Amino acid sequence: MSTLNWFQRRRIGLGWRPAAWQGWVITVLAVGAVIAVLTLLRGSSARIPIAIAIFAAYAIVALATGGSRAPDVAATDEPEAVPAPRTDKQRRALRTLTARRPSSDAGPAVLVEHLTKRFGDRLAVDDVSFSVEAGEVFGFLGPNGAGKTTTVRMLATLIAPTAGTARVAGMQLAPATGVEIRKRISVMTESPGLYLRLTVAENLEYFAGLYELAHPRERIEQALAAVDLAARAGDLCGSLSKGLRQRVALARTLLSDPAVVFLDEPTSGLDPVASREVHDLIDGLRGQGVTVFLTTHRLEEAERLCDRVAILNTSLRTIGRPDELRDRLFTKTLVVRTAAPLPSPEAVFAVAGVDGWRADGGSRYVVTVSDARLAAPELTRALVDAGADVLSLAEAQHSLEDVYLELIDDTAEAPQ
Amino acid sequence: MSRRRVAAVVRREVRDFRRNRFVIVTMAVTPVVFLITPMITLFKIPDSTAGSPARGAVGVISLFLLIVPTVIPPVIAAYSVVGERDQGTLEPVLTSPVQASELLLGKALAVFIPSVAIAYVMYAIVLISVRFGAAHVVRDVVFHPPQLIAQILFAPLLALWSIWACIGISTRATDVRVAQQLGTLAGLPLLAFTSLISFQLVTPSVPLAAGLALALLALDIVGWRIVSQLFDPERLITGRAR
Repeated sequence: MSTLNWFQRRRIGLGWRPAAWQGWVITVLAVGAVIAVLTLLRGSSARIPIAIAIFAAYAIVALATGGSRAPDVAATDEPEAVPAPRTDKQRRALRTLTARRPSSDAGPAVLVEHLTKRFGDRLAVDDVSFSVEAGEVFGFLGPNGAGKTTTVRMLATLIAPTAGTARVAGMQLAPATGVEIRKRISVMTESPGLYLRLTVAENLEYFAGLYELAHPRERIEQALAAVDLAARAGDLCGSLSKGLRQRVALARTLLSDPAVVFLDEPTSGLDPVASREVHDLIDGLRGQGVTVFLTTHRLEEAERLCDRVAILNTSLRTIGRPDELRDRLFTKTLVVRTAAPLPSPEAVFAVAGVDGWRADGGSRYVVTVSDARLAAPELTRALVDAGADVLSLAEAQHSLEDVYLELIDDTAEAPQ
Repeated sequence: MSRRRVAAVVRREVRDFRRNRFVIVTMAVTPVVFLITPMITLFKIPDSTAGSPARGAVGVISLFLLIVPTVIPPVIAAYSVVGERDQGTLEPVLTSPVQASELLLGKALAVFIPSVAIAYVMYAIVLISVRFGAAHVVRDVVFHPPQLIAQILFAPLLALWSIWACIGISTRATDVRVAQQLGTLAGLPLLAFTSLISFQLVTPSVPLAAGLALALLALDIVGWRIVSQLFDPERLITGRAR
């Protein structure tokens, strides 16, 4: 078995790349031996079975020694070691990798106007318009089949819009500008899309070649350091867990120092620790002035990371900062809890700034106000004056999820 | 057209299929299977035989040597587009600055180089074996100049045709196996073309071999043009034509 391993390391046979000088010597000797045997047997009746034996031996050697190192390729779903918290080394690598961009005075990083995409009879994206400022982290939310990925594919010049226009990274979206736009952007697709028989470094080397990077080795090292994968550079991607593959895909996205990064569900299927790593990385990109276009289903992720969000369901439902959307959609309310029901609530709630109220259970009241900061002190005084034992008085919080659910009819999920 | 991007595609393709045991086994076994029987026939011919049986045996082995560069490319080329799409690697590549023509050329070169190398190595083995082990009459036919030129010129041109046919089918196929089967079939009709010289059904001559090679080259260029037209990223990613 060790002899076979020795041969495999030197890669002789038809799989064939003599990886060491011994491989070349063996190959030359083998060819010489074949010629010698055929010469010696010339005219002999034994030459036919011997020729067959030579071919058989050749086939066996080729099968045994050529090709992949099978044990290395075996994929595993075993969980990887929990990644270490984000280190200074990673931050430094990210800073080196992404040239800090000046605050933009050259217009938005992405400008979309009346973008429409139709697949046959099906309308995938309907008259969508929005803009993303340079250096902004922009969330793109919506149910499955809402047109998020189709929009990203149009902006990445993979598919042509049916109608509408867009500018991406300062370039007008058009067939002639496709290559130039793709040089300035980077897209991380939902599936990592790695070559599983290639090592981590080889995967990145391929894309460094496609982007024609000036110093590919340094860039690859920095990209791997930024996602804390420098130690795994030589591992086959097929042997990595899903989380690690996702990080390799992120490293690939950072490789070309893009002005706009499109991340399609970057934390899909990741455990909380790995997700936090990705969140930190996005924060780091924001710090470097990189525009991030984040497509996600995870509303808490969007709320935490995004400067603004757009909610899409074939057409654009709303766009704005998460707190703006909450204010726009929901009336401001104060929730009052008392130890016992108020004897005369209508008298207590008749104070300045209160627009209305309703009882929500025995001793819980939901009070609608126009400005919580003005109404809360007045209301507190009125409650104390009425002799109420106040347990709590707080502003009702609406999450981005409330906004999302308010806007998206989840029963009308768009067809894929 | 960026040579660096094309080189990156070639390097990646070669690395990938070199580590694919199925591809390596097929590439190793196919030439042996094709050549073993005609080689036995060739070595059985005694010195006293007249020219006609020798020409027939050499015609068979010449044809089989030309089958090798047409049946090896489908193993790799059929996978090149539909396989990448299935694996999910095509979309990230298409979001990079690589152009369709660069991607296709890189993929074609990555298949062309090993296919032609194997064909030439097999031919060299046959030539050496015949030179030192076969009867004089066989040697005379094998080393006939038009025969040599035809083999040397036809192998890469047939391989190119097979590659473009396979990549073309791969851009439209929904399954790697379908692409492989159709790709293999698409390469075979051209062998009828070259059999004319292999079996010496027409009087072999250097101008004839060169003329047929030019005709094959023209077909290869047409094949490349057609494949470039067939490559539609939108269809490949979404499954729908523009």
